[in-house]
Amino acid sequence: MEISGAEIVIRCLHEENVKFVFGYPGGAVLNIYDAIFTQDKFKHILVRHEQAAVHAADAYARATGDVGVALVTSGPGATNAITGIATAYMDSIPLVVISGQVPTPAIGLDAFQEVDMIGITRPCVKHNFLVKDIKDIATTMKKAFFIAATGRPGPVVVDIPKDITAQLANFEYPKSVELRSYTPILKGHSGQIKKAIKLMLDAKRPMIYAGGGVVLGDASGELIKIAQRLGFPVTNTLMGLGGYPATDKQFVGMLGMHGTLEANMAMQDCDVLVAIGARFDDRVIGNPEHFFNKNRTIIHIDVDPSSISKRVKVDVPIVGHVQSVLTEMNELLDAETRAPDAVALKAWWTQIEEWRGRNCLSYNRNSEIIKPQYVIEKLWEVTKGDAYVTSDVGQHQMWAAQYYKFDKPRRWINSGGLGTMGVGLPYAMGVQFADPTAQVACVTGEGSIQMNIQELSTCKQFHLPIKVILLNNRYLGMVRQWQQFFYENRYSESYMDSLPDFVKLAESYGHVGMNIEKPGDVEGALTEAFNLKDRFVFMNFLTDQNENVFPMVPNGKGLSEIILAEEL
Amino acid sequence: MKHIISILMENEAGALSRVAGLFSARAYNIESLTVAPTEDATLSRMTIVTSGSDEVIEQIIKQLNKLIDVVKVLDLNDGRFIERELMLVKVKATGPFRDEMKRMCDIFRGRIIDVADGSYTIELTGSGSKLDAFLEALDNAAILETVRTGASGIGRGDRILKL
Ligand SMILES: Cc1cc2nc3c(=O)[nH]c(=O)nc-3n(C[C@H](O)[C@H](O)[C@H](O)COP(=O)(O)OP(=O)(O)OC[C@H]3O[C@@H](n4cnc5c(N)ncnc54)[C@H](O)[C@@H]3O)c2cc1C
Ligand SMILES: Cc1ncc(C[n+]2csc(CCOP(=O)(O)OP(=O)(O)O)c2C)c(N)n1
Ligand SMILES: [Mg+2]
Repeated sequence: MEISGAEIVIRCLHEENVKFVFGYPGGAVLNIYDAIFTQDKFKHILVRHEQAAVHAADAYARATGDVGVALVTSGPGATNAITGIATAYMDSIPLVVISGQVPTPAIGLDAFQEVDMIGITRPCVKHNFLVKDIKDIATTMKKAFFIAATGRPGPVVVDIPKDITAQLANFEYPKSVELRSYTPILKGHSGQIKKAIKLMLDAKRPMIYAGGGVVLGDASGELIKIAQRLGFPVTNTLMGLGGYPATDKQFVGMLGMHGTLEANMAMQDCDVLVAIGARFDDRVIGNPEHFFNKNRTIIHIDVDPSSISKRVKVDVPIVGHVQSVLTEMNELLDAETRAPDAVALKAWWTQIEEWRGRNCLSYNRNSEIIKPQYVIEKLWEVTKGDAYVTSDVGQHQMWAAQYYKFDKPRRWINSGGLGTMGVGLPYAMGVQFADPTAQVACVTGEGSIQMNIQELSTCKQFHLPIKVILLNNRYLGMVRQWQQFFYENRYSESYMDSLPDFVKLAESYGHVGMNIEKPGDVEGALTEAFNLKDRFVFMNFLTDQNENVFPMVPNGKGLSEIILAEEL
Repeated sequence: MKHIISILMENEAGALSRVAGLFSARAYNIESLTVAPTEDATLSRMTIVTSGSDEVIEQIIKQLNKLIDVVKVLDLNDGRFIERELMLVKVKATGPFRDEMKRMCDIFRGRIIDVADGSYTIELTGSGSKLDAFLEALDNAAILETVRTGASGIGRGDRILKL
């Protein structure tokens, strides 16, 4: 039986077991929306801005590992989605974004609400497709999901002209697709893996540096196994947090610009570095020349060959899926008669403990004003370390990363690569849909939250019991911090004036609002909020305006040139 | 160093712009780029002449391989290869130039493919540097117009880029 192109799109989503589609209607997708009206296999979540639709789908993918799906109309709907797509692209998140397009005969004629979506998204997608024939919808959708989820994951855009969704055709969903030009390598080279194991066993000052790839590749279990059998210190990037349990004693904290002293010093001083699903970002290794002042042997496991030796030349590249490579490494170690050098490791740990003893994350606990770090520590306690924490971008993001100890992967949901302010609330929505009974906290700033504040309405419509933890410092704090350090306190346009009354704002949507102004009230308020299990609670914490994020490796400096709070 | 990179890619709308976009987005050099379908109509073959340090060339190859439409990539400079480019040059052929141009064309084994009262059009194939040498050998004042295809390259002997 022939069905419409729009129905074919919906059937494809059913075949892919999609549970949620985040979207916003408009002319070019009216046919698809009409087909959505008569189906109930997935739920459509109407957001209040297309950017939020993509962010929510992105967070759904981050929390579950499944492909997130967003649906937007042509023209302005499509352009509104761009920031969301670019955000997902930078963090390698699997997404399928379906955009409506003007009818095929109108393409190129500056038609109403026409924008070249393929051209505009090309630099920020893993791949994109323009569907020009109804017969291609099913295979294109199959390819889109396949490409998004495999290899190094990423967003895929499927642009569908309106006339195509109105035409009729038979539907048949391909069981599988093969692309001769796309065959991600999963298994690592055995010779290279053996070489790596030998280096690891010979190491005197080993270090494991694990990134987002461990989370994306669901290889946390394998990482824990190998790290613990070898007794090596482990650091995580901002994107890797939760990939290794933060409360484990082998964990030395996050590394990089706002990483711990012990993680950065160990990264600089190690003799064998095992990089696992991490991409040597500029916020992680600081000044590359300084990084190479010390000699070390680098082993790098990554599914994307282009991540290897991009910024840092490595000695033992291993291209493959983290899970497969780490499993093979663990098997080799099962059969191995040699053990790591216990004497050397002991000395190395003594050195690391000395760094750790500096207590680089200490802050003034006797302050009369609420310290943002304190709020996060209490958030961790009140949620028993088991919440999903989404974050916006700024100082509050760094404090959440430093002070919430993530023991499980996929619990820390933030924008690392693009650093997109405004993701926090839509991210919390995506996560809450993925896990309706979970505790979901959105740590945000008064600048960031206003970039997608319209989503308070979506949260109302779908009764999402999210807890917003607003660390309100009345500043674009991260900008102010840089202006303080590098622009002699010239706070150019970084003050957030004319803020709304957040409590009233929340209440106007039917949510619960709370102002918290004293340190003594922090814990009680958090407990009260999380006890309101079925309510959305907006918590406005008035925090210390002048607090800065430490430690800090200033731009252009090396990892061991890290500045601690106590040194200022 | 200069490299000639051969690419087999899906013969699909948009594939060319993905490659061109990659080069501009990542600030890689393109000296020339040629593309045309192959004997297998589903595939196009592109030749890109670029330059960069070994690290940059390694990234270029990796990034090209990452494009979904790209099926195979070969850095011709990794082995022995032949490079050819076609150039058409329109030159003045008046007075003393008329003999001079004919002579230069013969020396460089070009062909005169169009003759007019005041001009010749010369066709010349060879490596990029041979074409450069020809232009340098001509009196600048004699050159009316040039058009070059950009380099094509192919491996020598049994070095074959095919599916
Ligand atoms: C304000 C701000 C401050 C920041 N400060 C810091 C900081 O102090 N420290 C810090 O670490 N970051 C910081 N960042 C984040 C930083 O910009 C990068 O986003 C982050 O460091 C990248 O993390 P990653 O290396 O783990 O790579 P990701 O972006 O997570 O990339 C994952 C890597 O793993 C690979 N991969 C994916 N899947 C697999 C698989 N299945 N198998 C194998 N490999 C796979 C990918 O190819 C890729 O190379 C900051 C960001 C902001 C906005
Ligand atoms: C969309 C966007 N615009 C600008 C920036 C630059 N930026 C990074 S952090 C920051 C300040 C964030 O302020 P706020 O949300 O109040 O967080 P705080 O740093 O005060 O905790 C800005 C403007 C950005 N990351 N994203
Ligand atoms: Mg702020």
